[in-house]
Amino acid sequence: MDKLTRKSYELRRDIIEMIYKSKAGHIGGDLSVIDILTVLYYDVMNICPENFTDDNRDRFLLSKGHCADALFVVLGDQGFFDKQEAIDTFSQYKSKFIGHPNTEVNGIEINSGSLGHGLSVGVGMALAAKMDKKTYRTYVVLGDGEMAEGSNYEAMMAAHQYQLDNLCATIDFNNLQISGTIDEVMSSVSIAEKFASFGWNVIEVEDGNSCKQLLKAYQEAKQCKGKPSVVIAHTVKGKGVSFMENQKAWHHGVMNQEQYKQAVQELEEVLS
Amino acid sequence: MNTITNRQAICDILLEKAKKDKDIIVVCSDSRGSASLTPFAQTFPEQFVEVGIAEQNLVGISAGLAACGKKVFAASPACFLTTRSYEQAKVDIAYSHTNVTLIGISGGVSYGALGMTHHSCQDFAAMSALTGMRVYIPSDRFQTQKLIAALLEDKEPAYVRISRSATEDVYNESMEFKLNKATVLGEGKDVLLVACGEMVPYAKKAMEELNQKGISTGLIDMYCLKPYDAETLLQQAKDVKLVVTIEEHAPQGGLGSMSAHVLSKYCPKRLVTLSLPDEHLISGTNKEIFEYYGLDTKGIVQAVKKALCII
Repeated sequence: MDKLTRKSYELRRDIIEMIYKSKAGHIGGDLSVIDILTVLYYDVMNICPENFTDDNRDRFLLSKGHCADALFVVLGDQGFFDKQEAIDTFSQYKSKFIGHPNTEVNGIEINSGSLGHGLSVGVGMALAAKMDKKTYRTYVVLGDGEMAEGSNYEAMMAAHQYQLDNLCATIDFNNLQISGTIDEVMSSVSIAEKFASFGWNVIEVEDGNSCKQLLKAYQEAKQCKGKPSVVIAHTVKGKGVSFMENQKAWHHGVMNQEQYKQAVQELEEVLS
Repeated sequence: MNTITNRQAICDILLEKAKKDKDIIVVCSDSRGSASLTPFAQTFPEQFVEVGIAEQNLVGISAGLAACGKKVFAASPACFLTTRSYEQAKVDIAYSHTNVTLIGISGGVSYGALGMTHHSCQDFAAMSALTGMRVYIPSDRFQTQKLIAALLEDKEPAYVRISRSATEDVYNESMEFKLNKATVLGEGKDVLLVACGEMVPYAKKAMEELNQKGISTGLIDMYCLKPYDAETLLQQAKDVKLVVTIEEHAPQGGLGSMSAHVLSKYCPKRLVTLSLPDEHLISGTNKEIFEYYGLDTKGIVQAVKKALCII
């Protein structure tokens, strides 16, 4: 097992612990997006606690903010704060580790959580880099259900208008949202075509939970000049825990003790 | 009679400041002409961002720019800016404390006969309700410029509402200005008028007329709606019989409501709140609309007399 994949499964274990303890969070999306976060934070992006006040650090925005649980685990593991504190206090009384990214938590760029905001903010950040002739890149991770928000399409137009090749969006395409499949709720079948027709460089990742495939996609995105890139990562909701995979009930399900034990056991098996 | 609009005054001050500050950025939503910001776009194209007719994106992009150190002024018609992009103002600007000044142009009933879609009679209430957002309604061009210069000195979010047409001068270039401190334009023993924005010149004339008639009247220009200058209000309201608020806004949630909130808590006083009604407005120019709803000098004087049982 390669290093990134191992890391993503270790982080899955942390997420399971955080969510079991808090009885809150969005476990299904956390497990689908964690490989994307792992590849970005542990390889692709130049963001770390030491450079977080450096103007030329890369910028990361979790537009699908309800998966803050996964992001907190990653940031804690990176040393932005005590990871165990985040795991122990997530969503608890007076905790700063609330259900969405907020700037009280070290490592978070801007408050988010309402869907359809991140891409516009990312456009602004990428534009600022162009204005200041800085080399940092801006990464925005969105959900597939989130693509029903119309504001995304305003941002897609602007990113193309300003030729923001320093902007890279990722769609965590796990094909499920709270009410059912994407197609049942509001179809996004042609999401790749939509981005392409807006003038974006589209990179589809067949297995969006494969760190190897994701890494290749982000490297390809870095090479693209003159237009923004989108990585459409076909992921599995609940990936890594058999009874959660592709089940909409696990969008924000809460585990009982037995389920928790099974989830941990399955992840330990992969890691051993 | 002054012909320089407040939007021109904003463009002038931004042009002046941007010469020495490359971080000043103006963002428009196909609104550079109506915001009188075309000279800025032409002089500093590298510091100007056009987002097209997309107000949500206007505010989101502004937040992103500000998060990377820019001092952003986003200008769009108040009617769209404070409703279509309300959530972006809440989350990306107010909650995130980004250094963005939202400029609501053609505010209130500036667009007159274009109708309710283009009126913004809810913006004081809406923007004031956002935690972290400051709300300013400058009256004339001098106050507008002083306000923008002051906002450039800090990094907190603000909403500024201005009118489309030129407002009569209330001040002059040497005016004293303190951010978040209302201006006392006259002191009276009987009546205190409290106005903001386009209503201030009307209120000033009404004050003069009432004083001539022997009704001792004072006036506060409460350009800082939030944070509301309660101290100045209470000082001036202390000994009068009647307080009258005048605003180009719906009756709920604006200057009248905020003044009532302060007075009822600290200094219960007879209060008359003059505003636009909570109904679909008649068609006409802004001045015709003001006259119809009693928001001009004559209307203010009459309202005072009626409240004092003089007519």
